[in-house]
Amino acid sequence: MMVGLLPGAVDRRGAEARRLRVAEVRAEMVANVWQVVASEGDSVADGDTLVVLESMKMEIPVLAEAAGTVTKLAVAEGDVVQEGDLIAVIE
Amino acid sequence: MIDSVLVANRGEIARRIIRTLRRTGIRAIAVYSEADAALPYVREADEAVPIGPAPPARSYLDAGAVLDAARRTGAAAIHPGYGFLAENAGFATAVIDAGLTWVGPPPSAIELMGDKINARNLMEAAGVPVAAGSREPVADVAAAVAEAERIGYPVMIKAAAGGGGIGMSAAANEAALRAGFETARSRAERFFGSAAILLERYIDRARHVEVQILGLNDSRVLALGERDCSVQRRHQKIAEETPSPGVTPGLRARMLAAAARAGEAVGYLGAGTVECLVDAASQEFVFLEMNTRIQVEHPITEMVTGIDLVEQQLLIAAGGDVSFAPESVQPDGHAVELRVYAEDPVRFLPSPGLITEWEEPSGPGVRVDAGYAAGNEVTPFYDPLLAKLCVHGASRDEALRRARAAVAGFRIRGPKTNLPFHAELLDSDEFTSGRYDTSVVGRLRP
Repeated sequence: MMVGLLPGAVDRRGAEARRLRVAEVRAEMVANVWQVVASEGDSVADGDTLVVLESMKMEIPVLAEAAGTVTKLAVAEGDVVQEGDLIAVIE
Repeated sequence: MIDSVLVANRGEIARRIIRTLRRTGIRAIAVYSEADAALPYVREADEAVPIGPAPPARSYLDAGAVLDAARRTGAAAIHPGYGFLAENAGFATAVIDAGLTWVGPPPSAIELMGDKINARNLMEAAGVPVAAGSREPVADVAAAVAEAERIGYPVMIKAAAGGGGIGMSAAANEAALRAGFETARSRAERFFGSAAILLERYIDRARHVEVQILGLNDSRVLALGERDCSVQRRHQKIAEETPSPGVTPGLRARMLAAAARAGEAVGYLGAGTVECLVDAASQEFVFLEMNTRIQVEHPITEMVTGIDLVEQQLLIAAGGDVSFAPESVQPDGHAVELRVYAEDPVRFLPSPGLITEWEEPSGPGVRVDAGYAAGNEVTPFYDPLLAKLCVHGASRDEALRRARAAVAGFRIRGPKTNLPFHAELLDSDEFTSGRYDTSVVGRLRP
């Protein structure tokens, strides 16, 4: 909700939001969690594999889309995730 | 005469087997996991037994649960379909030891052909051509590099215990081989329970052509024609046709004779498939592997020969003769199968979900073997096959024309499907010309 703020204020808010950016990594489809590769506390780079899902005999790596720290790993090997389920949080 | 058969499978193949059982007056018993309770095959069987939760290891692959279901229902025989326990020699033996009829080849044949390295060696000894490749499992990356030097690059890295196109990768040079070897091993272990790897010379622009064989009780092995299975993504078939437009009559005769010899070399009984690679330009072929079961794409052979292969499997398993005169088999016309998968038509990524609409095409020459119906949930636990759209015509042109109309008339909503891809395939110059090879899908999806 940006009603009533001046353009300068938006920029500052934007920069602040970027500094505290929290990326939630969610499942794009129903799948089985085959391998959990990263652990809570790990530093990851853009493109690192967090977990490998498996759906209908196909392996689907789930990658970090930015650098950061894995502050939460929400799945374990053998879990079934639904579309939209949280897999990990990277800050 | 077998009076009851438990079908140890699911989806479209369970439904298709049950159809023949019911047509021939045999009591059909289905098994289903919690995820499959609402699928059509369950209600079409005479009796259905729940055998566990969705994950295959706890249901369709649970030999104990399957045998228990057979005991409880008084099944006289077990038909394993394809995949799951179909090529598990231990399971076949357990079925036989339990006093039931196993609808498949002897466990010894399953064992021999289940190891691709063994199979290659046996075939070579029987005078069937094989590609340059490993005569024993490749122990580690150093051995792989030495082996690849001997064979010559590029090489295919394969799981010796593998199947279904899973766990295969190509390496164009030593660096690629080193990079791919460990992944191949862990995949082999994960999917097939054995880390044994073989290397084979990679044949560029090959056609994947297989021969349907039928081993009879009098020891004859019939070769019922070939199928071209070159349309593949991720080394898995998505469309097949018979006859193969890339096989001349001379090559056909040589391949069918070799396939029959291959079957005889292992004392084969029942339905099986001898898979080969063909170099269309040189009209040379090599043996790849033998599948000791009914194949997904068997319907197209049925459509051109008029033979119900599942019925023949049951007759052979019962110890009797097949229902047709072997000398009289005369293939008629042309047939194509399009595998309808629950995946997006662009990148072929899995697309599970609830099916909200399902409308099948019909018309002359059209056969649909469907595993699902509207209201069913497609789950991530099994392969993505929704249905097989099979079309026959008097000529290849007619079959393709009918296939285009059938694809356009097949309406599935809910999961994404590859029907739009099949429409593109049938419209493409390469496929329409018949002059295609195993890299055709790669050219349609660069």
